[in-house]
Amino acid sequence: MAFQNLSSRLQETMRKLRGKGRLSEKDVDEVLREIRLALLEADVNYKVVRDFIALVKERATGHDVLSSLTPGQQVIRIVNEELTQLMGGSQAKLTMSPQAPSVVMMVGLQGAGKTTTTGKLGQMLKKQGHRPLFVACDIYRPAAIKQLQVLGEQLDIPVFTLGEEDPVKIAAAAHRHAQSYNNDIVLIDTAGRLHVDEGLMNELVNIKNEVEPSEILLVVDAMTGQDAVNVAESFNEQLDLGGIVLTKLDGDARGGAALSVKAVTGKPIKFIGVSEKMDGLEAFHPDRMASRILGMGDVLTLIEKAVESVDQEKAERMAARLQEAEFTLEDFQDQLAQMKKMGPLDELLGMLPGVGNIKQLKGLEVDDNHLNKIEAIIHSMTPEERRKPEIIRSSRRKRIAQGSGTRVQDVNRLLKQFNQTKQMFKQFSGSSKGRGKKGMFSLFQ
Amino acid sequence: MFWKKMFSDKPKVESKEEKQSFLQKLASGLEKTKSGFVAKVEEIMTGRKVDEELFEDLEEVLIQADCGVETTLFLVDQLREKARSEKITESTALKEILVDEIISLMDGNADTLKTPQDKPYVIMVVGVNGAGKTTTIGKLAHRFKQENAKVILGAGDTFRAGAIEQLAIWAERTGVELISHQEGSDPAAVAYDAVNAAKARGSDVLILDTAGRLQTKVNLMSELSKVHRVCVRELGRELDEVLLVVDATTGQNALSQGKLFQEAVPLTGIALTKLDGTAKGGIVLALANELKIPVKLVGVGEQYEDLQDFDPKLFATTLFGEGEYEE
Repeated sequence: MAFQNLSSRLQETMRKLRGKGRLSEKDVDEVLREIRLALLEADVNYKVVRDFIALVKERATGHDVLSSLTPGQQVIRIVNEELTQLMGGSQAKLTMSPQAPSVVMMVGLQGAGKTTTTGKLGQMLKKQGHRPLFVACDIYRPAAIKQLQVLGEQLDIPVFTLGEEDPVKIAAAAHRHAQSYNNDIVLIDTAGRLHVDEGLMNELVNIKNEVEPSEILLVVDAMTGQDAVNVAESFNEQLDLGGIVLTKLDGDARGGAALSVKAVTGKPIKFIGVSEKMDGLEAFHPDRMASRILGMGDVLTLIEKAVESVDQEKAERMAARLQEAEFTLEDFQDQLAQMKKMGPLDELLGMLPGVGNIKQLKGLEVDDNHLNKIEAIIHSMTPEERRKPEIIRSSRRKRIAQGSGTRVQDVNRLLKQFNQTKQMFKQFSGSSKGRGKKGMFSLFQ
Repeated sequence: MFWKKMFSDKPKVESKEEKQSFLQKLASGLEKTKSGFVAKVEEIMTGRKVDEELFEDLEEVLIQADCGVETTLFLVDQLREKARSEKITESTALKEILVDEIISLMDGNADTLKTPQDKPYVIMVVGVNGAGKTTTIGKLAHRFKQENAKVILGAGDTFRAGAIEQLAIWAERTGVELISHQEGSDPAAVAYDAVNAAKARGSDVLILDTAGRLQTKVNLMSELSKVHRVCVRELGRELDEVLLVVDATTGQNALSQGKLFQEAVPLTGIALTKLDGTAKGGIVLALANELKIPVKLVGVGEQYEDLQDFDPKLFATTLFGEGEYEE
């Protein structure tokens, strides 16, 4: 999960503060030193760390904080606020030009993920009802054009290419093409280049002058080290960026780059890349990310994801069935399918408050394959079996295991867990108090 | 005959001009590192009293160069110790010790590609997305081809759009053979075919590409283990090289990459790419100190010949602008 290392270190530090009824300046200093180390280890830029610590210290050692009844909580709140501020305050949207087509330029170092991000952004815009056009301006990397074409085909988005023509000409021609073909957003995928490569940086400036983009997005790999700041600064100087896209946040990158680039360039992070799949691009919410880092969870994003992927009608039907405790394996199957639509499990778990701290979940690799296995088992049942799991005796179990490529033990386990879950729901509907959430969680292991 | 030529003992079969141009590139590539990291070290280390403040400033510079907190503290403690025991009070003397420390840190951890024993010489290339695997393979292919080796490339990245085409273009450019399946096919099957084709066709070298994957994706990492397993089984022995390609601009995450890839496949070395763009070289130190996986190759530019064996002394001296290599 993104930010995990930083997050767990900060949470550890914060826990020390939480219970304290009285804080001395020394206590605060000690905590700040640990925060400083945690940030540095997370690749946050050195200067940014220094400023951040100074800011927090100034606010945290004020009289009203130290003399308040819950000084620990106050400090945590300050860190949270400053962290949010550091990452950009509020969410920033893509800038469109008042007159179509809007032109968006994707720029960055080699291997940052420009082409993939272009694809993802295209899909996101298309979902919102736009008619994007991809433009292949990376004439240097072998097969870069092909890569964009394949993505265009997958997403059913047109791709404008002129082969290995001058990128400035390609961009200009694409702009005209978009006007006549009624594409309202032009996404220009440029070649990766080093920020110190003068010739290639000039090419970008020329493209910019030619097509006057409403948005220039710098694509930054979340794993970048201290250099991220120099890269961002120098791209910003020459192109006056509109915003930043942070990619590969689904790894264990400590995400320090994210915290630094905004602080140094003053340009907001607009999107983050969170999976290899084409729908793995999210709008960046600084406040939510700050609380995710501090282990306070990100329930808002979770709810949004749920709303996006859950079929309202089905959900209502399900709720009704749950209340009558008529929950069957068929319902369970639906539920699984919807959950899978929301994204990888470990990402979802990371959004739950406190989950990062649950001991039993530490080091647990949530594996989507288990879900696939469960689905396979249910698929191998007859409709009758799904509705009345109690009829599944040993010969049926054997058949189901064979059909789904699993072992009888797996089938047994699923049935047992299903029963537990059902029991749990019975308790829910019987009395409003549930007794533990073991049933569903143990499915993930 | 080819084997001798390909990996004869140092010095490499290289014309003087080539050597020179690589050195120039390394020097100019490291120019950034020099002006950033080294200039700051120089600044701190010239004409100052050796005191706690100096050590703290040095700490700051090292961390900013991506050396990592652990390695930085290790280096600075080492210096503190030496300063105390040898009663050094003058900062210039301390600088020399720092250079020595850095060289010795890297020296124990440098190596070149293994000398081939059997045909085919098999290299598997792994790494996170966008590290520069395919480009590194292209450069390696060119290098072996120059030595008149019969080279086969295996297009094991069946996931990313356009990856197979990218490798195909490299194969065509360098004039080597390519074994590929369709996009979306099983990479282990590609590996199987590639190894068997290399054996059947009597190739000297097989370089197997793999899809970029983040080291935390358990499923993808076990897929990588499987691909490796298939290669070993079909080859009947361990692979000659399993290289982790690391982007030099990567920060401390490079350590996590090393650790987790090592768990999935037996890494034999690291190829550090894009060293020409970064203002830091510090991750080399962190990798050497904490992982003990030797850095074998460095990439400093986009030309074929810009991928070379890693030479820690050369690296350190070029870094500090000392010795004969300075422009």
